[in-house]
Amino acid sequence: MKKFIVAVLAMLPMLVIAAGPSLELDKANNDLTDKASLKRGFEAYINNCLACHELKYQRYNRTFADLGISDADGAANYMHTGEKVGDHITNTMPAKEAAKWFGSTPPDLTLEARFRSPDWIYTYLRSFYVDESRPFGVNNKVFKDVGMPHVLQNLQGIRTIDEHGNLSEATGGSMTAEEYDEFARDLANFLEYTGEPNKLERESMGYWVIGFLFILLFFSYLLKKEYWRDVH
Amino acid sequence: MFANLMAWIEQRLPLMDAMNKHAAQYPAPKNFNFWYVFGILASVVLVNQLLTGVWLTMNYEPSGDGAFASVEYIMRDVDYGWLLRYMHSTGASAFFVVVYMHMFRGMMYGSYQKPRELLWLFGMLIFLVLMAEAFMGYLLPWGNMSYWGAQVIISIFGAIPVIGDDLTLWIRGDYVISGATLNRFFALHVIALPLVLVVLVFLHILALHEVGSNNPDGTNIKKPKGSVPPEEQSKFTFHEQYTKKYDIVDAIPFHPYYTVKDLVAVVIFLIVFCWVMFFAPEGGGYFIEAPNFEPANGLKTPEHIAPVWYFGPFYTILRVIPDKLLGAIGMFGAIIALFMLPWFDRGTVKSLRYRCTAHTVNLVQFAICFIILGVLGTLPANPLNNMIGAIASFGYFGFFVALWIYSKNEKTQPVPERVTG
Repeated sequence: MKKFIVAVLAMLPMLVIAAGPSLELDKANNDLTDKASLKRGFEAYINNCLACHELKYQRYNRTFADLGISDADGAANYMHTGEKVGDHITNTMPAKEAAKWFGSTPPDLTLEARFRSPDWIYTYLRSFYVDESRPFGVNNKVFKDVGMPHVLQNLQGIRTIDEHGNLSEATGGSMTAEEYDEFARDLANFLEYTGEPNKLERESMGYWVIGFLFILLFFSYLLKKEYWRDVH
Repeated sequence: MFANLMAWIEQRLPLMDAMNKHAAQYPAPKNFNFWYVFGILASVVLVNQLLTGVWLTMNYEPSGDGAFASVEYIMRDVDYGWLLRYMHSTGASAFFVVVYMHMFRGMMYGSYQKPRELLWLFGMLIFLVLMAEAFMGYLLPWGNMSYWGAQVIISIFGAIPVIGDDLTLWIRGDYVISGATLNRFFALHVIALPLVLVVLVFLHILALHEVGSNNPDGTNIKKPKGSVPPEEQSKFTFHEQYTKKYDIVDAIPFHPYYTVKDLVAVVIFLIVFCWVMFFAPEGGGYFIEAPNFEPANGLKTPEHIAPVWYFGPFYTILRVIPDKLLGAIGMFGAIIALFMLPWFDRGTVKSLRYRCTAHTVNLVQFAICFIILGVLGTLPANPLNNMIGAIASFGYFGFFVALWIYSKNEKTQPVPERVTG
């Protein structure tokens, strides 16, 4: 019997493989309550991503309010193209031409963290490598043949891939590996926030509602017991 | 003053009389167990869907260009819009959970048997309309899974010979799923089908109260008039509609006894419901599927198109049959078989407590097959899954065939005259 159990346990990893090839994602370990991280992510997004990727369902002033930035500060530091604070976070890139430049229009990223996951974003940003066969000279381990150039190359540096699919250490970037991981984590964190700006409010409300329901359960149970004393 | 007003109304419309007949003096068997709460829970979810639906409609925009953005508008800019939306989306899945439990209860205790066949048929019609309602509602967020899920399901109708292609065109209102499809699904989802649903629920309850509730023992609580000595009869007051013809035993008025008992069940249900809604509104990707966070795109197919979990069992039956037309027949056949359950069962003993062991075994294998079919419906098709699915489909249909055979001359145990619990 013991042998049988050992054999079954030994086969478990095979079952996982049989369940389908899924790419191992690194854990972002991001924290939505970390406002400083969200602010850094917001700033990084405005400076590095927004030119191509809109957040067209998310408004500037909502973001300012949730991240603890005043409208005046926000307008001065985060808004560079003369929008109003109540506007959605959009860019002026022409979609049709962009599709020609990159092969497809760069997608809106408001909901990217819900469509994929914060871990996916975190891993994706750290998985570019040199591939001369691609139009922009880079490819990505998480998103094969992605149409996007490695816009953060100045920060991260260049990685290469060996025949086993392992990525080398990045070289030539302005950030250390730890700094770049932190940078990617902030972006993943910010995009998890834009995916569902009410997430923290939702969870904190949940505790109150369920707490109330438990009190209600206690009294409704007593009520039931009292009434059912007549039933035999 | 108030009493006068009530009397004035009562003479013109006997409201209090109806309340007594259907609640305060309705005789309900006193031995209802856990399985008897799901009817009430389904009503609670129905009310939740109707109310949140009305408020969602106030800010939803039914158009191909605006639908997806308007849902995000509800999620972000409408006060507590996210709450309404999650109540509605979690409610859709909860509806099927409680309805499946409710149906299984009916199967366990023979609540579909004579004289409750019509009650069962109304229930099945509710289930059918509910599936249509849920399917059309799932298109409305206009996410990519909405789009491709609808594409797959509508194409099933294309398998019908001769009229299939025209039929799918007629359903879509376009050559592909488009804003035209979205608009008609919206109209059906928010007006037509809810109306039908509410009318059917009304008829379901009327039909129930006409024949009376079954119970876990499957005994009859209405004995012929004059056959039970007064001290044996239920000591509560029941409406004369019931006492005129029968002596009532082992019964208690629905209100207040079952209203207070069901209140406990409703609160426990709400705790589970709220836990999902507040802490896991996507339901692990089963209640709101991840590809639905991307707008509908006719040129980009999601990696793995899966219908929402509650269609899983029927979708798997469709998929494991290699021929498309036969698959569609199998799928609809699975639902028709449920409709015909009162006539597949030729037995006279209702509750599985007093039926033959084979019946219990059969019922358990049916439940297991149904769950396996449901799980497979959400997984990608591959030879292994298809083989398991084929076996489970066999078990599903086998339930009805076996029931028809053994119920004819079934070895049953004597059913007690009075309820046991």
